[in-house]
Amino acid sequence: MVASLRRLLAVVTAAVLTFGLAQTTLRIGLAEDPDVLDPALARTYVGRIVFASLCDKLFDIDTSAAIVPQLATGYTVSDDGLTITIDLRNDVVFHDGTPMDAEAVRYSLDRAKNLPGSNRASELAQLDAVTVVDEDTVELHLSTPFAPLIAQLADRAGMIVSPTAAEAAGEAFGNAPVCAGPFRFVERVAQDRIVLERFEDYYAADQVAIDRVVFLPIPDTSVRLANLQSGDLDMIERPAPTDLGIMRADPNLVIPSVPSLGYQGITINVANPEPRDHPLAADVRVREAFELAIDRNTINDVVFGGEFVVGNQPVPPSSPWYVDEVAVPQRDVERARALLDEAGVDRVSFELMVANNPEAIRVGEVIQALAGEVGFDITLRATEFATALDLQEQGQYDAFPVGWSGRIDPDGNIHQFHTCEGDLNESGYCDPEVDRLLDEARAAPTNEARYELYRQALERYLPDRHIIYLYHTVLFFPHRADIEGFQAYPDGLIRLQGVNLAQR
Amino acid sequence: MLPFVGRRALTAIPTLFIVTLMVFAIQRSLPGDPALILAGEQRDPEVIAFIRQRYRLDDPIPVQYVAWLGQLARGDLGRSLRTNERVLDLIAAKLPVTVELAVLSMLVAVAIALPVGVLAAVKRGTAVDYGGTALALTGISVPNFWLGIMLILLVSVRLGWLPASGYVPLSEGVWENLKRMIMPAFVLGTGLAAVLMRQLRSSMLGVLRQDFVRTARAKGLRGAVVVVRHAARNALIPVVTILGLQLGALLSGAVLTEQVFTIPGFGKLVVDAVFNRDYAVVQGVVLITATGYILINLLVDVAYAVLDPRIGAR
Repeated sequence: MVASLRRLLAVVTAAVLTFGLAQTTLRIGLAEDPDVLDPALARTYVGRIVFASLCDKLFDIDTSAAIVPQLATGYTVSDDGLTITIDLRNDVVFHDGTPMDAEAVRYSLDRAKNLPGSNRASELAQLDAVTVVDEDTVELHLSTPFAPLIAQLADRAGMIVSPTAAEAAGEAFGNAPVCAGPFRFVERVAQDRIVLERFEDYYAADQVAIDRVVFLPIPDTSVRLANLQSGDLDMIERPAPTDLGIMRADPNLVIPSVPSLGYQGITINVANPEPRDHPLAADVRVREAFELAIDRNTINDVVFGGEFVVGNQPVPPSSPWYVDEVAVPQRDVERARALLDEAGVDRVSFELMVANNPEAIRVGEVIQALAGEVGFDITLRATEFATALDLQEQGQYDAFPVGWSGRIDPDGNIHQFHTCEGDLNESGYCDPEVDRLLDEARAAPTNEARYELYRQALERYLPDRHIIYLYHTVLFFPHRADIEGFQAYPDGLIRLQGVNLAQR
Repeated sequence: MLPFVGRRALTAIPTLFIVTLMVFAIQRSLPGDPALILAGEQRDPEVIAFIRQRYRLDDPIPVQYVAWLGQLARGDLGRSLRTNERVLDLIAAKLPVTVELAVLSMLVAVAIALPVGVLAAVKRGTAVDYGGTALALTGISVPNFWLGIMLILLVSVRLGWLPASGYVPLSEGVWENLKRMIMPAFVLGTGLAAVLMRQLRSSMLGVLRQDFVRTARAKGLRGAVVVVRHAARNALIPVVTILGLQLGALLSGAVLTEQVFTIPGFGKLVVDAVFNRDYAVVQGVVLITATGYILINLLVDVAYAVLDPRIGAR
């Protein structure tokens, strides 16, 4: 009797021990420390990476950036485009155990729209009201048809938070967010780590094999990589493209990648805050000469080891919204020279403001060298990020190579940069016809109709060259070879559903 | 002794006042708008307006300054613009980390500098002296961040002996904590060790020539006793001064070292705050640092008085 009891005890102990040992922790190195973890207030790209594990959204994207349901099961749009009916899953609970239902969706969307200082308010500007139809159905009422809304709901605006927790926490919600994602929040030490653990009651719990996720902000790319190589991290985001050779040579690493949704280009100040008489601003021929002086492939090869994708439009060539007929222009020194002659200028001097980091400065240097051969005397002004933002906003710059992280819907990459009153229109460009086309594209009922409008707008604003699109970054997610099932998504988020860590 | 300490403490008040004025003025004269940074990539004008109003960034600068002084008088350092955490809490969380790093670095520095400096002085002109000098020059010349990255590549990536970076609080295990602190403390300590060693060597040389050392030797004391008990103790006075003065260098060195080893300390806090124009945090950190600096120098003065009673009596 005693012996068998002892045996039983041994078996139980062994089982407990094995279970304890089988705890898997995934350590992910982020390039920055995320800001506040409140979906309504958050504003950083890295914050979105953490949210991907923490807060499920009404919709999500697949690896080709097509929209798929997540907390929703589907949606229909009324004929006039003013009412969107969304059906919801009925098996979802928040991390605090309260049900994720239509009322919670109404609450979250209202909160995203109305919370003071919300960064989602502008994304939901066309949303007038949300009504609860029944427990699993909501209706979204719009002031004007707005096709990009579903894409917004596949990002932070569509993250549903627990109303109970949000009400209780008030302003402090972001310090301990309660959502309905695969992992729940455990703790955060500012500038050090964010810890999440598997949520047992997740509606798709069978897809979640990792017990614990730790996000560690490590801004220095060399240190981030060293941590990955030494095994202190399991995965990192945004490695230096020039380190890819080292990583590929390391048999312990695998490097999935995907072109990002964003772009990198040169914004030229044509009329911010007022029309300028500098030849680069005043004469489109000078800007065309400048574009023809640049060789996009040289920038990509010299600065990024040829790892990125050259482009000439606000969306990458891999996007369904890319206009194939408008090809990437090749460098043409003779034509550029001729254009400067036509414009009646011999040499043009201007200042190129560049962000104060080695990569951006090298991009600036390559542009300086290439354009110098044609007749542009470029002075590089390496400017710290916060200062550059300020100068850009005030219009105190000639040209600034700057990028955009990209949005799922093309509207997010185009409208606010090219419309006269666009929030991010820093070049001061204004063409009412472009405004009209881009506004119509928002309201058009089908993707075919929208594509056509974006094409027409592109053919109008691109030749004006107030933004010269250069290249698109490729997102790399180097990880240890014993991680299985990870896929890179073009929005750069790290989704851990289906990811498995082999026994170590 | 007490009046001496009191006098020194009183002079700290105007110094601190000037510090508040300077940190405020320098920060506000920097280009860059915290509201623009806070608003993120999207830069929604309504969000920007909300932030400006909420943190009173639109108020005239003197008004903001007086409001801040008022807060300070109530013992409140304000809240971080970026994370909305109380600056005092942030500092309370980060300070011990950097203090630990600084203390460990000083231990490393003293452990290297004391024997090498004394030996170099005693064996002046020999291979030991030249070797020590070369070591010191290397220590001063090699930049922190470079040494740090090289150490990570060698010790963590190649040899796999220590974790590459990060921080574990002492409460979660002394060894776990030390494992991650050894490399940063060594990196930070070597530069300081070099300075201390050079200083100790020259001050030892001076002391060794003095009459009382000759007297001690004449009394028949053994060489080691003369060096350690008589010469070294006197030679330490200028070294203690340097140690105090070097604390500033140590803190600024910690800024870089903490970046390289991703240690969530004071240095990292202030660097991130400066780049984000997180005014409240920068102000709080500078003020606390200045206070610490003043305190340390006060302690140094007191240490003098202990080492050399004539100083306190003056």
